[in-house]
Amino acid sequence: MRTSRRARAGQYAALLAYLVFLAFPFLWLISTAFKPARELASLHPTWLPQDPTLDNFRQAFDEQPLLRAALNSLVAALGAAVIAVLIATPMAYVMARHRTRLAKAATGWVVVSQAFPFVLVIIPLFLVLKNLHLINSVAGLVMVYVVWALPFALWMLVGYVRAVPAEMEEAAAVDGAGKVRTLVSITAPLLAPGIVATALFAFISAWNEFFFALVLLKTPEKQTLPVVLTHFLGAEGVADLGPLAAAAFLATIPSLVVFALIQKRITGGMLAGAVKS
Amino acid sequence: MTLATARKRSVKPSPRAGGPGRPVDHGAWFLVLPALIPILVLSVGPLLYGIALAFTDAQSGRTEPTQWIGTLNFQDLLHDTLFWESFRIGLVWAVGVTVPQFVLALGLALLLNEELRLRWLARALAIIPWAMPEVVVGIMWRLVYNPDAGILNETIRDLGLGDGRDWLSGLATALPAVIVVGIWAGMPQTTVALLAGLQNTPRELHEAAAMDGAGAWRRFRTVTWPALKPVALAITALNFIWNFNSFALVYVLTSGGPGGRTRLPMLFAYEEAFRYGQFGYAAAMGCVMVAVISVILAVHLVGRLRGGEDA
Repeated sequence: MRTSRRARAGQYAALLAYLVFLAFPFLWLISTAFKPARELASLHPTWLPQDPTLDNFRQAFDEQPLLRAALNSLVAALGAAVIAVLIATPMAYVMARHRTRLAKAATGWVVVSQAFPFVLVIIPLFLVLKNLHLINSVAGLVMVYVVWALPFALWMLVGYVRAVPAEMEEAAAVDGAGKVRTLVSITAPLLAPGIVATALFAFISAWNEFFFALVLLKTPEKQTLPVVLTHFLGAEGVADLGPLAAAAFLATIPSLVVFALIQKRITGGMLAGAVKS
Repeated sequence: MTLATARKRSVKPSPRAGGPGRPVDHGAWFLVLPALIPILVLSVGPLLYGIALAFTDAQSGRTEPTQWIGTLNFQDLLHDTLFWESFRIGLVWAVGVTVPQFVLALGLALLLNEELRLRWLARALAIIPWAMPEVVVGIMWRLVYNPDAGILNETIRDLGLGDGRDWLSGLATALPAVIVVGIWAGMPQTTVALLAGLQNTPRELHEAAAMDGAGAWRRFRTVTWPALKPVALAITALNFIWNFNSFALVYVLTSGGPGGRTRLPMLFAYEEAFRYGQFGYAAAMGCVMVAVISVILAVHLVGRLRGGEDA
């Protein structure tokens, strides 16, 4: 357009500054993960490892049960994502298509639930799960994650349902298709990409979650990755930096991969949910 | 668009009337129940239970039965200077993170909305912090802030600005240091929301204003901002709430130290509940936090409803 050359240069400079700010901590994490102990102890750290090594990764696996923790995280995140989407999709459909009092109450809950400090929810949940012997169990954590993931799952799915024209369902009904038939053969295929995106987003959120896991999981063999990562920090906050960085880097990879897959859909979905009826 | 939507709605039989051959209500209940039951049992129920606990002397691992103690917890809380100090820190943190986060994210969103080369790459990189576990973000910044092996102090030494310092354990620097991390961690969501809002602003209006000789700032104020305002209000309010209730970042960075300088209300309540086992008292703290947040949310919603009557 009419942007002058000098303004353009300024824009590129500003964009570069943003990218440096956003990227440098992550680059530093990766660099630290590959540095040998000798370089980490040096008083003049360098940007890049002079003598890259995988020792930190080996040591990280020796020090903490990372594989076990990754498995726990995977079970919790998969369980939460699948169950949340299975139960949220029908409800989101009703919320998007029918303007009943129930749908309004559900929308209200989605908004209000954002304001609860988790501590007010976790104390009673802790007591309830304790009575059910679901403390220190991944199953108990999945139950909590499902309900925790529901507000944004509903939010996103309502947006995706609204994007499916109701006329198409009405046309199918006119052609004599029953309600269930219409849902299965018309609506569901159109919703599928949105459902997958929602499930993957729930997966990342649960994979990354820390607070509930910290409260509910007590023994190392039950704990998820974020909780096990904090064990590297040690009591006095004195940490063995190399293994810490290596483990943190590994724990991030699944989130980044999944996020890259759905990046476009997430942003689209948030917008769709934000467009009010 | 608007016409089509309006027609669609008028054609559709209202749920209460139950259109011909569409027994909406039974079907709707069947669809809603699988989600409604967990919501009631694991969210609404515990929340009410939690509020009730605030009026009891519930403690962890106690054998005597829990008793109602009325508003005693709240009276104690009123005189608990440590809690109010933590509350003050929480507000400083929430404002200190939310405001710069919004300003920086707005700048980034405006840039990403321009026709710059490599924009796709910048967009992809800009949302990386969003995908990271909060614990990893905390660990990462501990590596950056590390007094000896950290890149921040090394850069300061390289630039000849002194020896640097121990950012996270200094009484004066700890809170600003964690606030910077908070800003960093929340920027992508805010940027994405604002970018979505920007893409809804009418481009023709922009061009017309430019034709009339309006400068960049005037175009922003008269064309972009009015269109962006609802999104901006919504995301700032949500950020404020999320930041006020945040836990993992600061837990990993400082655990609330040094000397409680970064002890956010959530960390305070967590320790009270799960380190000292004072369930009732911690629940009362949660109630106070909800009350304050609700007031802020209410003010925000009133403002938003006034701004968007057509919604």
